[in-house]
Amino acid sequence: MTTKTPAQQPTSLLPLPATAARTGVLAGAALALAGTFLAWTWTEEFPGNLTVTGYPGGLQVLTLVGATLTALFTLSGMGIRGLTWLTPAGKSSPVLLTALGVLGTTLYAIAAISVQLGGIINLEPGAWVSGVGALIAVIAALGLPHDLPAEEDTTGAWARFKHALKAPPAPRAKELPNWAEILIITAAFGIGLYVFAYGIDAYSELFVGFLITVALVAPAVFRAGLIARLNRLTAKHRTITLTAALIAAACFPFTQTDESYALIGANILIFATVALGLNVVVGLAGLLDLGYVAFLGVGAYTAALVSGSPQSTFGVQFPFWAAVLVGAAASLIFGVLIGAPTLRLRGDYLAIVTLGFGEIFRITMNNLNGSAGPDITNGSQGIPNIPDLELFGFNFGMPHEIAGFTLGRSGNYYLLMLLFTAVVVMVFRRSGESRIGRAWVAVREDETAATAMGINGFRVKLIAFALGATLAGFAGTVQAHVSYSITPEQYLFANTVPPNSAFLLAAVILGGMGTISGPLIGAALLYLIPAKLQFLEDFQLLLFGLALILLMRFRPEGLVANKRAQLEFHETGQLDVPDQRLPDDAVGTAKAGA
Amino acid sequence: MTTMTTTTNTTVLEAKDVTMRFGGLTAVRSVGLTVNSGEIVGLIGPNGAGKTTFFNCLTGLYVPTEGTVAYKGTVLPPKPHLVTSAGIARTFQNIRLFANMTVLENVLVGRHTRTKEGLWSALLRGPGFKKAEAASHERAMELLEFIGLAHKADHLARNLPYGEQRKLEIARALASEPGLLLLDEPTAGMNPQETRATEELVFAIRDQGIAVLVIEHDMRFIFNLCDRVAVLVQGEKLVEGTSDVVQADERVVAAYLGTPFEGAPGDEEVAEVEAAEAAQETPSAKAAPSTDTRTEDDQ
Ligand SMILES: Nc1ncnc2c1ncn2[C@@H]1O[C@H](COP(=O)(O)OP(=O)(O)OP(=O)(O)O)[C@@H](O)[C@H]1O
Ligand SMILES: [Mg+2]
Repeated sequence: MTTKTPAQQPTSLLPLPATAARTGVLAGAALALAGTFLAWTWTEEFPGNLTVTGYPGGLQVLTLVGATLTALFTLSGMGIRGLTWLTPAGKSSPVLLTALGVLGTTLYAIAAISVQLGGIINLEPGAWVSGVGALIAVIAALGLPHDLPAEEDTTGAWARFKHALKAPPAPRAKELPNWAEILIITAAFGIGLYVFAYGIDAYSELFVGFLITVALVAPAVFRAGLIARLNRLTAKHRTITLTAALIAAACFPFTQTDESYALIGANILIFATVALGLNVVVGLAGLLDLGYVAFLGVGAYTAALVSGSPQSTFGVQFPFWAAVLVGAAASLIFGVLIGAPTLRLRGDYLAIVTLGFGEIFRITMNNLNGSAGPDITNGSQGIPNIPDLELFGFNFGMPHEIAGFTLGRSGNYYLLMLLFTAVVVMVFRRSGESRIGRAWVAVREDETAATAMGINGFRVKLIAFALGATLAGFAGTVQAHVSYSITPEQYLFANTVPPNSAFLLAAVILGGMGTISGPLIGAALLYLIPAKLQFLEDFQLLLFGLALILLMRFRPEGLVANKRAQLEFHETGQLDVPDQRLPDDAVGTAKAGA
Repeated sequence: MTTMTTTTNTTVLEAKDVTMRFGGLTAVRSVGLTVNSGEIVGLIGPNGAGKTTFFNCLTGLYVPTEGTVAYKGTVLPPKPHLVTSAGIARTFQNIRLFANMTVLENVLVGRHTRTKEGLWSALLRGPGFKKAEAASHERAMELLEFIGLAHKADHLARNLPYGEQRKLEIARALASEPGLLLLDEPTAGMNPQETRATEELVFAIRDQGIAVLVIEHDMRFIFNLCDRVAVLVQGEKLVEGTSDVVQADERVVAAYLGTPFEGAPGDEEVAEVEAAEAAQETPSAKAAPSTDTRTEDDQ
């Protein structure tokens, strides 16, 4: 069983000589790239104007970028000087993935044009050129030697294909001067911002293509080892990374000319911030909270009631900082009220109670309308006409000229919300990496052992729960102003429009529990996908659910895995730490919290 | 075997009349036990005798139906975290590490009761916080060096081999600076060399002034190590005394092998049985299914 096949030759899916395969990929990519400079259709009816020769637009740009990357990865794999840094880890799998991305995007474009304009007849030769080029590139890429030597259990087409997509870990990079590393981090965030803004601005047809490209190019970049390299750099320069991320995010509204896109940005930030708050509760402390959006509602309602809105029954106008404090405090109080009686119990009870609380909150807000109860919240009408904020003479409702760019209302709120996001990121990071954060993880891992180590399980869980609630309320105070008016129906358990409890939880789990970037990326995707795919109407949620299932099947630890989760889900046959509990468990922990 | 002379002889642990009933089953019946400072005390008994249950009563994981547990003269409330902060730390028969935390983090969690930086201090990160974190790290690394796992500080606990996981559990318990350490089958699943090393470790712990109460099925281990041994059979304390006293006691042998049906066993039979007992190396493989369903394929 030791060395069955000594130094087995790297095999490939198709029996091609390596050089022939590489040449084939290059030729295919070149053809696909050339095709994007030709017209793909004859009429401008298809969005993006794909009729111009010599000037790629819309979906053609995606094919162009994908084909270029395919070629670059291939050249890097051939050891061309100056390009080898592109593929420190996998050499072939990134090529195959990007080639598949090009093929997918191009075929999608061909299909979309044919369907939308009514027939293949509407295609111009350019589309075929790109399509054939992409196909050649994929076929040739299947002939590239595998990055990893063959394993014994890779029989069957699917297993062999999956094996072809695997790559070894990236070797250590040679040390770069500090300034160069910082430059790389900055560039990475610049690219990130560009991709993000591109996705937000994309119209539906383009967005689908964008998703296909990203879904295949992102893993390609990962397999190439670039993400691992970048992670090493960001881990080394953490403060600079956070600053760069903040600056890149702050640049976003300046890249937007359209007010509605800036509003999407602001809403994504609200959603992402709340998701990150939920990550304290779910990701760190392991408490399943199914009614989290209610805490956002508590903050928003509190802020709205003291905002000076003419419809507010309080009729007072607090300064914004005071409203933020009051909103966060109100959420904190509700968090403690809900948490104190339930956190002594095991997980399932908490999930049910929080689910109930979420609904009770919404129904109560509906009923405090003067007829079913005292008139406080105007019932289902909610609180409209929430005035815009004015801080230090800066009116958030007005467009402002900043450094030659005009920043509209949404842009203003985006920047304010970004500040709140930064605070929540800091709270998450600092609390997570401390005595209390370790206690949360310990309780999540094994509550009995944690209490036996001197941790008051109930106390630390209550702190996590209350902190999570406070962060949501904190974000809610801005949400009230961004959305002009708030109604009970904004705070449902499940809905097609985020944020709602189900989507918040999905953002955390899909993005990656216990990480910072995970819920942020998860929230952005979960916001954009339903927003951009509205044309699918009834199929939207179906496809969405399908996508979630597939993702959880193939990447259970979420898009961004923390190193623990990565190990937790993918290592098999490793040393088994007994996860069965002492028979005393129920007794032990019901008490442990006491 | 124990050459250490203990200076003071204060009582560290005093359990009085501890009884634990689960419905109709009395798992522990009126057991009293004292542990003095500087002592290593063994607790043996056949599977299902109630040893682990007794530990759970001592550490507050169970509220004993009757009886009290006192640590250095103060009666302990039956709450695990208060017991730990009072100064009793333990390990578990079926290892309960924080599997997805690193080795170092596991030990840091053990420091919980000896540090007090709360949420605010973590958020504000004042100089006090940084100093406390640095001190905790230093202490944790010392402990890892003590048990010989410093080089694996950044590994995930679940990726350690079995013997090292048991050691790590001991380090985690030691991190809470206990006056009494309870070990529940610390050598279960270990090979003879590892068992020897664990013996050394327990002596080293005792030499630091920490009293030890240890459950073990490995008789050679117990009789090498312990100043005193108590035998628990069907929830009741049968005998307590030095190794020699316990080894010579017929009732102990009978308890382990069952009372013979036809007449009492002859002397040579008893001697044979004892020899077999002593030669036994991996007794825990037959641990009670109720508490131990782990497979021992990882050694
Ligand atoms: N929570 C519980 N509920 C009901 N019965 C229990 C519980 N915990 C333990 N018991 C029972 O109490 C008895 C003593 O079990 P215990 O685990 O203390 O034995 P032990 O001496 O530690 O055995 P081993 O050597 O196998 O570890 C057993 O019969 C067990 O089934
Ligand atoms: Mg036991």
